[in-house]
Amino acid sequence: MTHGSRLRVPALTRVEGEGGLEIIVSGGQVTEARLDIYEPPRFFEALLRGRRYTEPPDITARICGICPVAYQMSACAAIEDACGVTVPDPVKALRRLLYCGEWIESHALHVYLLHAPDFLGYDSGIHLARDHPDIVVRGLRLKKAGNHLMEVVGGRSVHPVNVRVGGFYRAPAVRDLRALLPELEQARRDAAETIAWVSTFAFPDFSRDYEFVSLRHPDDYPITEGRVVSSGGLDIAPAGYDRHFTEFQVPHSTALHSVLDGNTYLTGPMARYSLNSSRLPAEIAAAARAAGLGATCDNPFRSIVVRAVELLYACDEALRLIGGYQPPDPPAVEVEPRADCTGYGCTEAPRGLLYHRYSIAADGSITDAKIVPPTSQNQRAIEADLRAFAATRLELPPERLTEECEQAVRSYDPCISCAAHFLDLRVSRT
Amino acid sequence: MTLVIGIGNADRGDDAVGLVVARHVRDAAPPGVTVRELDGDQLALLDAWDGAADVYIVDATWSDSEPGIVRRFDASAPLGGGFQHRGTHMFSLADVIELARALHRLPARVIGYGIEGAAFELGAPLAEETEAVARAVADQILHELWAAEGAGERDVPGNRRRHHRDP
Repeated sequence: MTHGSRLRVPALTRVEGEGGLEIIVSGGQVTEARLDIYEPPRFFEALLRGRRYTEPPDITARICGICPVAYQMSACAAIEDACGVTVPDPVKALRRLLYCGEWIESHALHVYLLHAPDFLGYDSGIHLARDHPDIVVRGLRLKKAGNHLMEVVGGRSVHPVNVRVGGFYRAPAVRDLRALLPELEQARRDAAETIAWVSTFAFPDFSRDYEFVSLRHPDDYPITEGRVVSSGGLDIAPAGYDRHFTEFQVPHSTALHSVLDGNTYLTGPMARYSLNSSRLPAEIAAAARAAGLGATCDNPFRSIVVRAVELLYACDEALRLIGGYQPPDPPAVEVEPRADCTGYGCTEAPRGLLYHRYSIAADGSITDAKIVPPTSQNQRAIEADLRAFAATRLELPPERLTEECEQAVRSYDPCISCAAHFLDLRVSRT
Repeated sequence: MTLVIGIGNADRGDDAVGLVVARHVRDAAPPGVTVRELDGDQLALLDAWDGAADVYIVDATWSDSEPGIVRRFDASAPLGGGFQHRGTHMFSLADVIELARALHRLPARVIGYGIEGAAFELGAPLAEETEAVARAVADQILHELWAAEGAGERDVPGNRRRHHRDP
């Protein structure tokens, strides 16, 4: 690459959505890295205004086919908060179990078919499957276990239909959940093998000084509830989110960027792990250490190891929850709107913190809605990392630089469908 | 076993066309033909067609082509770029077929129909023009299914109904 040029990757593959990446080089320095998200934004927030307070779990689940449960859970949490309702523990446990299914299927897909091929020199998961079918079969088996769990608890795996404000339409039978145990036991073994497998990959030496943001729960590794904390000392209830996090428009993206008290931050598996590794069961913490992870992880390329650890955790947690399962009776509590109330909900989507806020009128209609997905929050961190990463690789041939930058972006498992829709990489030099 | 699979999202306009074709086929398929609908995750095809030897797949396509154009393909050969779409967690139909081929999980015969949609907005219904194309594709699949059963043209249930209405 020469001084003063522009590398453009118009189609970034193996990320969810459509868009691109543009890196601008001037005078031998990377001056700009932009995620260009060019599909029109989804107007879900506007769509929700005027709808019944019971509708967001079903409507927002349609934002993403990969993490519908996350949308349903954050929506339920926010609406129940607005209505002053706390759901009973059995409902909470069943929600956490459903969420485990989504973590398993989402992480298995990303680790095996989207990210691992980068480390092994394959163009795609299909190419990997041709040479290593047993490995890909293991990944598909894991994903299927997650899908089955979502089907049994959520009614179906793509857009679950059993979730409602206050709980579930029906509680799964004990025997139906117990029937999943052999498959989940196998999934746990597969997940453990996944950790050992990905830990052997060669990771670029690329550590970053992140401000991590995730939920934190007093006892558990966070999935469905907790306070919003950061490595910079933030510690707030979800209701305080808007006082610290600000979204704003940038010219090159139709997805909003987000800052924490004016600063770039990162959410997602690395943040969750770094802020909560002490909450992992001892056996899983030991597996993480054996895979080379410390108490924190600041190399985005190693996020594949963190995802594998979370895969194991989700399998383990699903087995624990099924073992202690008592069907919630009734499966849902009644939730009635209060006059002019506002509620806040945060849960941990596979890709990171997902914030919902709803204001509801006395007649139960939604007067205001705000949804902040993890990829939207991570855009600035991804751009900052790309600037630093590309700066050390400007002497590479353009094709190689493009490949490496694409790999770097895939480390964050961005879901542009959630942030807006569709993402493409361009490096430009002037 | 013969299997017909319609793929699509019922809530995104013409993306639902595969599901609509599947429902039409189900109404008049020969006994023993199984019809399934898949919503979204195309990797689910790997399990959906497990054990089937003869599979028809119907999905919406989105390209620069005229809406309503129907592409028929035989998965015995790689599909190529026309049926791929980039940048998604949701693997394209072409990706899933090639993944299945790599894993030796591709049924002996897979025939696909891609129907070019016009609009894919969330919450939109299927366009009237696309509905008409769905009917025509369903009739074509039914014709192939009944022909495989040894039935003549007039024995196909859909054709009999049409003949009665329009003698």
